[in-house]
Amino acid sequence: MTQSVVIQVGQCGNQIGCCFWDLALREHAAVNQKGIYDEALSSFFRNVDARVVGDGGSISKGKISSLKARAVLIDMEEGVVNEILQGPLRDVFDSKQLITNVSGSGNNWAVGHKVFGSAYQEQILEKLRKSAEHCDCLQCFFIIHSMGGGTGSGLGTFLLKVLEDEFPEVYRFVTSVYPSSEDDVITSPYNSILAMKELSEHADCVLPIDNQSLFDIISKIDLMVNSGKLGAAVKPRSLVTASAEALRKRHKKPFDAMNNIVANVLLSLTSSARFEGSLNMDLNEISMNLVPFPQLHYLVSSLTPLYTLADVNIPPRRLDQMFSDAFSKDHQLIRANPRHSLYLACALMVRGDVQISDLRRNIERLKPSLQFVSWNQEGWKTSLCSVPPVGHSHSLLALANNTCVKPTFLELRERFTRLYKKKAHLHHYLQVDGMEEGCFTEAVSSLSALIEEYDRLDATKGMPVQNLPRLSIAV
Amino acid sequence: MSIVTVQLGQCGNQIGFEVFDALFSDSHCSQGFCSKKENEAYQASCKERFFSEEENGVPIARAVLVDMEPKVINQTLSKAAQSGRWKYGQHSCFCQKQGSGNNWAYGYSVHGPRHQESIMNLIQKEVEKCDSLSGFFIIMSMAGGTGSGLGAFITQNLQDEFSNSLRMNQIIWPYGTGEVIVQNYNSILTLSHLYRSSDALLVHENDAVHKICAKLMNIKQISFSDINQVLAHQLGSVFQPTYSAEGSSHYRRNPLEGFKEPALYTSWLKPVDAFSVWRTQRAFRRYEKSAALVSNSQFLVKPLDTIVGRAWNMFASKAYIHQYTKFGVEEEDFLDSFTLLEQIVASYCNL
Repeated sequence: MTQSVVIQVGQCGNQIGCCFWDLALREHAAVNQKGIYDEALSSFFRNVDARVVGDGGSISKGKISSLKARAVLIDMEEGVVNEILQGPLRDVFDSKQLITNVSGSGNNWAVGHKVFGSAYQEQILEKLRKSAEHCDCLQCFFIIHSMGGGTGSGLGTFLLKVLEDEFPEVYRFVTSVYPSSEDDVITSPYNSILAMKELSEHADCVLPIDNQSLFDIISKIDLMVNSGKLGAAVKPRSLVTASAEALRKRHKKPFDAMNNIVANVLLSLTSSARFEGSLNMDLNEISMNLVPFPQLHYLVSSLTPLYTLADVNIPPRRLDQMFSDAFSKDHQLIRANPRHSLYLACALMVRGDVQISDLRRNIERLKPSLQFVSWNQEGWKTSLCSVPPVGHSHSLLALANNTCVKPTFLELRERFTRLYKKKAHLHHYLQVDGMEEGCFTEAVSSLSALIEEYDRLDATKGMPVQNLPRLSIAV
Repeated sequence: MSIVTVQLGQCGNQIGFEVFDALFSDSHCSQGFCSKKENEAYQASCKERFFSEEENGVPIARAVLVDMEPKVINQTLSKAAQSGRWKYGQHSCFCQKQGSGNNWAYGYSVHGPRHQESIMNLIQKEVEKCDSLSGFFIIMSMAGGTGSGLGAFITQNLQDEFSNSLRMNQIIWPYGTGEVIVQNYNSILTLSHLYRSSDALLVHENDAVHKICAKLMNIKQISFSDINQVLAHQLGSVFQPTYSAEGSSHYRRNPLEGFKEPALYTSWLKPVDAFSVWRTQRAFRRYEKSAALVSNSQFLVKPLDTIVGRAWNMFASKAYIHQYTKFGVEEEDFLDSFTLLEQIVASYCNL
């Protein structure tokens, strides 16, 4: 079994990360009845001797003593990390695996990437090496950040190059929150475009997430929960937005609910690697199956179901509905409609009481309405994990490499161009050592090249699939 | 004569367990619809083939379990031990921490050489426990990375180290509508390599077995467990002791011998040579009458042709190739595989 390390950068990254660890603990607690430190737990947690003061030595087997998250927390402001360290999860984090500052990055990618990057490079390397040493077999780094700000965007992407150089064999999975069009950070287009170049060049896989889509999903859930029309009570623990805090009181901040959705995606992504099932899917299989060409590694995700109904008189939502929902535009975590675009590849990661025949039946049923690229007409990757998420009997995470990401990138480029044309706020960036206008033009042309790739693929949509002439053999 | 089984990857190990379970439960069936003497001879022959004895009487499967990640092997070992009737050898497994990532090149070029010595040692130990070895039964899938890539590598090694013993590979053909996106690449690489080092390829298609579960057995929600059990039942009935056509009083000495010369129904082969019948009075798994047919015919041409076609289309676009070249499988290797398989398709078509 392998281990993964989560690196949460910036305010958004740390808030999502916090939700992730809360959910991970709950999930393992539900499965691990005997309190034994098993291999599944070890993928994200160390077992540390609580009696030893300071950095307790790791215990590899036996009863759980004290669990420590395999995480590195980075933020150039102290507020969020301090809140985490004073909250209910404070004992889960190793106090030495933090890097903080007080001044913040001022929503400036250049400050995050160039200034803090070089200032903290040594420290970052040291913490990463420590994390890696604690792992028997480190397989993956999960980086969580947002694109629109300064720290998550700048320092978060600086990290990618460091990881690539220092740990070339370890996968770099990035969960990136893209700014929605109503984003209140004026310079978010600059930050996002500069960050995109780094993602395209140094990440193995990116899961783009859009705040607006998350918001729409939680609005739908709230409507459902509060409607009372059907007299349907929703099982609170099953809400994809649920967390320990939320169960005790109503969500204070809308971001809590939204962050929980992202945390659930990460949990489901790793479920088949952690738990047993009849068709396992390891993390290295994600990149192998879903990334046909190195640059095209942006995966659109959707998670279903969003909740389970508690009322036993209402029949459980049909299994097939879960599969249909995964392909509906309302369930995607970015603004996209995969049904109208071209699939390069699609992965269905199923959890819980679902068998191979259910999976096959639904693939057959949904295939005709989806368009796959000519050289990957049967492009499905599937997995079955026996352990469902807390509060559900089954769930589905769909990951699609689909040209429907293009509109998000187009919009980003458009917003960037509007700002850049007027050279608005540019001086904040250019005054940073190492920054010049070339950085901007290079970044936007990298994005344009990516968009062109998607355009080329889209142009093949709807064309009849031609079987190429085969090798002719003299018998 | 004994058969040593090598189970590779998730599929290989899951099926392997079901096969041994089916063989064991059949041989220990009290109702054999035959004489007691007959039953005892059958049981002794079966046991010798597939199990070795331990001190406290629990038979140990003559098997080596190989997987690049631990979950499935752990499950398989504990399932076998739980039954209390038979088990796998404690030291018969080889496991690593990180899987092959559905990458044939990783299984073949990285895991293969790296773990060659350890795995071959385990197999050697199992061979030494046999009074006389008839051959190897290798269970693997084509779609993934370990079963396919490492399976091909190990089969080649078996050819080098045990050239006098037979090698029969049980290959699982993946679902047509996709379990793994690169399954067609992995399949053609596997088949082309196995053709050079295996004596016989016994093929089971997931689609076909699935249909059996659905239409003949009326199972509503079919699981891999159901599929594997049907497979195991079929394999069991093929492998269990039978008398050869000569009708000798002893069970066939070498169970794999008959597969060595694949028979073809062509004008240049007399039916009497093409068709071998082996029979036994003893019933298989309580079925009063049953028959198993193993054939070498053109039925596999269409599935093979489909896989080659799809792999070729994908190869033309160069999609995913970087994942293979990263680990030393180059475009030439793909072309070699395509060439060989096209020859095979053409040969079968020309019959």
